[in-house]
Amino acid sequence: MYPSMLRTAGDWFADFEQLQDRIDELLTGRSMTSSIRAVGRAGAFPALNVGTSADALEIYAFAPGIDPKSIDVSVEKGILAIAGERAAANGDAPAAKGGERNVYASERFAGKFRRVIALPEDAEPSRVEATYRNGVLKVVVPKRESSKPRQIQVSSGS
Amino acid sequence: MQPQANTVAPSQQPQQVQRGGQRTGPSLLPAVDIFEDAGGITLVADLPGVAREDLAIGVDGRSLTIEAPVQLGESSALTSVYAEVRANHFRRSFELSSDLDTAKIDAGLRDGVLTLRIPKAEQAKPRRIDVRVE
Repeated sequence: MYPSMLRTAGDWFADFEQLQDRIDELLTGRSMTSSIRAVGRAGAFPALNVGTSADALEIYAFAPGIDPKSIDVSVEKGILAIAGERAAANGDAPAAKGGERNVYASERFAGKFRRVIALPEDAEPSRVEATYRNGVLKVVVPKRESSKPRQIQVSSGS
Repeated sequence: MQPQANTVAPSQQPQQVQRGGQRTGPSLLPAVDIFEDAGGITLVADLPGVAREDLAIGVDGRSLTIEAPVQLGESSALTSVYAEVRANHFRRSFELSSDLDTAKIDAGLRDGVLTLRIPKAEQAKPRRIDVRVE
């Protein structure tokens, strides 16, 4: 209940855990308000950045090393989903043909992935465009004409 | 913790980098896979949003540094509403051991994935010594 009471003297691991939690919170943006259907997870693949302009919502998915044709981008009931699969790097390296190999680091994501984003009310899901360049998938969701900011001309009364 | 003497050990680089007064602020640590076979070491790094012409791979003595800016080509009118990637450049350094031939490093970048092949120096390759029968 009270972490400080349960801690034994010299339990400096607990301090590290607290520090880790705080860093995670800051780095993963868990302290930011997020949509209930798209809560950011630490280390989720692909990482997502979302930006908005007057005309559109732009989503950037950092998904390197994937065949663009195999990426599945879909919109259903206001939910945008990005799904696909990434193969492990082991197979295509020259040493896979035979012989011994040592693995020193295996940090890169491999396997199936799926991430979803709840689109805002003013999004126009029928005109979503997706492009893949340098390992980044860019999805542009235009906003409805009616929701765009516009200038209203004031006419002089006669 | 050192697995073997001839590994490419991820070195502890400070996150805050300043190089030639150009870039300050936090950098992203790219995720890597590192394999070793008899011929050398293969390093695979995720560098999404990096164009080939922007990628800088430097060898200084026994230190290998990968550095590249992230270019998304977003319009300036864009306001960020949610961000998991919060820095605009990648940087990571590795310490190379002396049995690797730094002059023959081969690099390829495709779809944001960098593949580096660092061959072993000839004298460091394992070889079989035949025992003569007298």
